[in-house]
Amino acid sequence: MDYFDPHIHMVSRTTDDYLTLAKMGCVAMSEPAFWAGYDRGSVEGFRDYFEQLTGFEPQRAAQHGIQHYTWLCINAKEAENVALSREVIAMIPEFLGRRNVLGIGEIGLNKNTKNEATVFLEHMDLAHRLGELILIHTPHLQDKYAGTRMILDMLGGDARTDPTRVLVDHVEEHTIRPVLEAGYWAGMTLYPVSKCTPERAADMIELYGPERLLVNSAGDWGPSKPTAVPDFIYEMRRRGHEESLIRRVVYDNPRRFFSGCQRFEFRTRPA
Amino acid sequence: MPANRTAAEVLEREYLLVRAKVLEIAASLDRIDRAGGEPADPARAAQLREGLRLLLADNPGRAEAAQALFSLPYDAGWRASFGLADPTHA
Repeated sequence: MDYFDPHIHMVSRTTDDYLTLAKMGCVAMSEPAFWAGYDRGSVEGFRDYFEQLTGFEPQRAAQHGIQHYTWLCINAKEAENVALSREVIAMIPEFLGRRNVLGIGEIGLNKNTKNEATVFLEHMDLAHRLGELILIHTPHLQDKYAGTRMILDMLGGDARTDPTRVLVDHVEEHTIRPVLEAGYWAGMTLYPVSKCTPERAADMIELYGPERLLVNSAGDWGPSKPTAVPDFIYEMRRRGHEESLIRRVVYDNPRRFFSGCQRFEFRTRPA
Repeated sequence: MPANRTAAEVLEREYLLVRAKVLEIAASLDRIDRAGGEPADPARAAQLREGLRLLLADNPGRAEAAQALFSLPYDAGWRASFGLADPTHA
């Protein structure tokens, strides 16, 4: 089945992974800007990273027939440095004309601090001023619930927020309901240890239906599995779900959400 | 929208997986006991015991309840605590 991986960090993955993903049916992916495993020291470090996301990675993906899209921001872990964050936010518009950029992301919270919230609000303001889609990272483990509620407070506290243009990622059993009830898109991240498994994601599809729900691997340099979306497809089939339902979650929904960006020009496979 | 499956079918499919997970938890708890002394973090140990108790509840929503158990509380007044004004009303 053709599918999208709407959240995967391919800068951390090998070319063999692109090949494997293409063989498994991945036709498009989006790569949010994230933490490199260390704190970058200057805005120039981010400029180089954004060049990689908008130049090299789409070329590497295209060699395997995969359409690569991306999101730009300074991530929540590095947002503790508010001065650097403001330099990066001021630089982002230089890249918003690049054809594979879908919007601002993955912005969010990590340890739910004042600095993280300050930088989140400034990213959100940039997205609203420029009419960009927003992709949101919610915190891990014990911080997820409070952090998700804080993020919803910030989004809902800005009258410019259009929930249909925001994807709140890494939802789990205790955060999916408030996200969907507020009208946002929600992403379930399939991670081997933290976040969600394919089986639990299938449970949540059964409980909440497929409307505005996506699944992703968030494959990166840590313990993660870039082929997690096919694992979800397999689990759904194993339970006897219809192909149309599975396709809606892994193909139609991300395509519909990404279509909110005017630069998104998805090319379907030749019939 | 559950697929067309009965509880008996689901149990049959999940039985060995759940059994294996129960054994893993049992072995982990044994390992902690064998190490002797006080647990490094009594609050965490208590949290795990409470998590196991939650599983015995005879109602749906166990996964959500377990998530809540392992979550820090949300403070609706966080914004005022941080001194962060609403951006549209600043």
